[in-house]
Amino acid sequence: MAKDHVPGIRSYDVYRANGGYASVEKALKTMSPEAVTEEVKKSGLRGRGGAGFPTGMKWSFLAKPEGVPRYLVCNADESEPGTFKDRYLMERIPHLLVEGMITSSFALGANTSFIYIRGEYFYVSRILEQAIAEAYANGWLGKNILGSGYDLDLYVQVGAGAYICGEETALLESLEGKRGNPRIKPPFPAVEGLYRCPTVVNNVETIAAVVPIVNDGGEAYAAIGIGRSTGTKLISASGNINKPGVYEIELGLPVEEFLFSDEYCGGIANGKRLKACVPGGSSVPILPEYLVCKTATGDDRLMTYESLSDGGFATGSMLGSGGFIVYDENQCVVRNTWNFSRFYRHESCGQCSPCREGTGWMETVLRRLEKGMGNLDDIDLLVGVAKKIEGNTICPLGDAAAWPVAAAIRHFRHEFEYHVLHAEKVKDPKHGHKEPIMPVKPAPVVA
Amino acid sequence: MSNEQGVKKFDPEKRKTIRFSEPALESIQKIIQRYPAGKQKSAMLPVLHIAQAESDGWLSPEVLDYVAEILGLLPVEVYEVASFYSMYNLKPVGKCVLEVCQTSSCWTRGAEDVVEYIGKKLNIKAGETTSDGMFTLKTVECLGSCGTAPMLQCGAEYHENLTEERIDNLIERYRKEDRRRNYTDLDFVNSN
Repeated sequence: MAKDHVPGIRSYDVYRANGGYASVEKALKTMSPEAVTEEVKKSGLRGRGGAGFPTGMKWSFLAKPEGVPRYLVCNADESEPGTFKDRYLMERIPHLLVEGMITSSFALGANTSFIYIRGEYFYVSRILEQAIAEAYANGWLGKNILGSGYDLDLYVQVGAGAYICGEETALLESLEGKRGNPRIKPPFPAVEGLYRCPTVVNNVETIAAVVPIVNDGGEAYAAIGIGRSTGTKLISASGNINKPGVYEIELGLPVEEFLFSDEYCGGIANGKRLKACVPGGSSVPILPEYLVCKTATGDDRLMTYESLSDGGFATGSMLGSGGFIVYDENQCVVRNTWNFSRFYRHESCGQCSPCREGTGWMETVLRRLEKGMGNLDDIDLLVGVAKKIEGNTICPLGDAAAWPVAAAIRHFRHEFEYHVLHAEKVKDPKHGHKEPIMPVKPAPVVA
Repeated sequence: MSNEQGVKKFDPEKRKTIRFSEPALESIQKIIQRYPAGKQKSAMLPVLHIAQAESDGWLSPEVLDYVAEILGLLPVEVYEVASFYSMYNLKPVGKCVLEVCQTSSCWTRGAEDVVEYIGKKLNIKAGETTSDGMFTLKTVECLGSCGTAPMLQCGAEYHENLTEERIDNLIERYRKEDRRRNYTDLDFVNSN
């Protein structure tokens, strides 16, 4: 995405003049679909939507029965709180996604592809539609592209406000015009996806990464980053920092540098102290200050899939979607956990009982605690409810709702207890905005 | 997905009077053609957006019934979808629906103050509409604008990095322009 700052890059002419659509030319004129997939495998690219599954492997699972159409669907439903990178990419440089869709569709043998974008991004869908119209007009879409005999139609589909539609099978249900209830897997979309045909669903950033992979080769892409975290990643930085925004980083950047250097987040806003950080979107465990820049074993924490999850959930978290939310010392953890739980209660599709009922109860109990009306048993009650949801639902929304609550209690139990024992201090609904309710927790002393 | 709005009763007489404009019907036909034959149900979400823009910003049971007829579906197939997604209004709303994000980053950067300020200014609570039918104030979950928090959405428009002054200005502009804001509006695309 290095060209996102070129003035006018949203238009076809500027994009093309800056080397745009070279990957389509290269793939369609000189490569077989299998060769493109092979490059993606070599690149080590992992899904950028949050799960981090190797993209080349996902592509190679696609069933290819004779006479059955195959589909590529781009997941642009970006609804994970703290994540806004796909919107930035699509708004700034829409042709990059269109180009990636063409090259990827060619690799998968799809002749109809969809970009499913969340309904709130309606204006972004218009930007994409303009880009697609320009691509048709210049012969990059339609029949017999570049005389290769390959046909492709690409459409934008808008959603209508549902976090759950970012789950790939719920997205497919929604694309078929139904409620966004996730499907039971297996069968996986690679075998039975859209209209029960083999389908690949990939995140916007994943599809965009296919462009440099085809242009420069999978090995060149794999040379960027560290170990199994190859390439670059868009990070959406938000919360109490000096410079919120979208940053493209090379995987392997130390968290400390990302958080405090002026090139990226620029440190904590208003001269405050760091209290905690959610490094990968609302669903991943929160990290207290002493585990943000260092792992539990004292190594530097890096922006990679592996380093951020170092220590498992006990002392680590996840890279997730790259939604990097930072909290300063004034923020109340109980309050922010309640905020997340309200989100999940609202967004649970209601299909599985543990999630439907559990998210509701977690929100109710957290609200009670937050208002200073809870008791000490409530804290273990929350841990119990979270445990009962985790792993017991069709889709990962249940886990996503349970993890932040469990992690907040794991690292900040003292703050939950404070809400019970000093209830009078949290009666003001805006407690924690003006001054810290408790000092930042130091690292535990290991004997 | 919880939808707290109660569905209104179906009125067969009102149903007979409903018809979308020609440009709307044309774009609906174009959307249906994207999908394989027999899969016109896929057009549901985009068509409901058009339907909402054609029907004063909300979907009555009569409109939903009409959409079912256009798509060749049972009415219940349309009802169940309309009630699932949070962007479809199942009861009347003001011309400008101010949807204020309340999640995580917006929350830490003063989303509650934004709701309180707008509420005081317009003399309504979240979920209510002003008596002149101009504004509805709504609290919503994450709109993907966390880096520019706090923010609100009105129709297709995103208003980011909100301050009291910005809120004053946008409310004044909306009052002056006095027209309905839809998600399907085009004018924000090129100005942004």
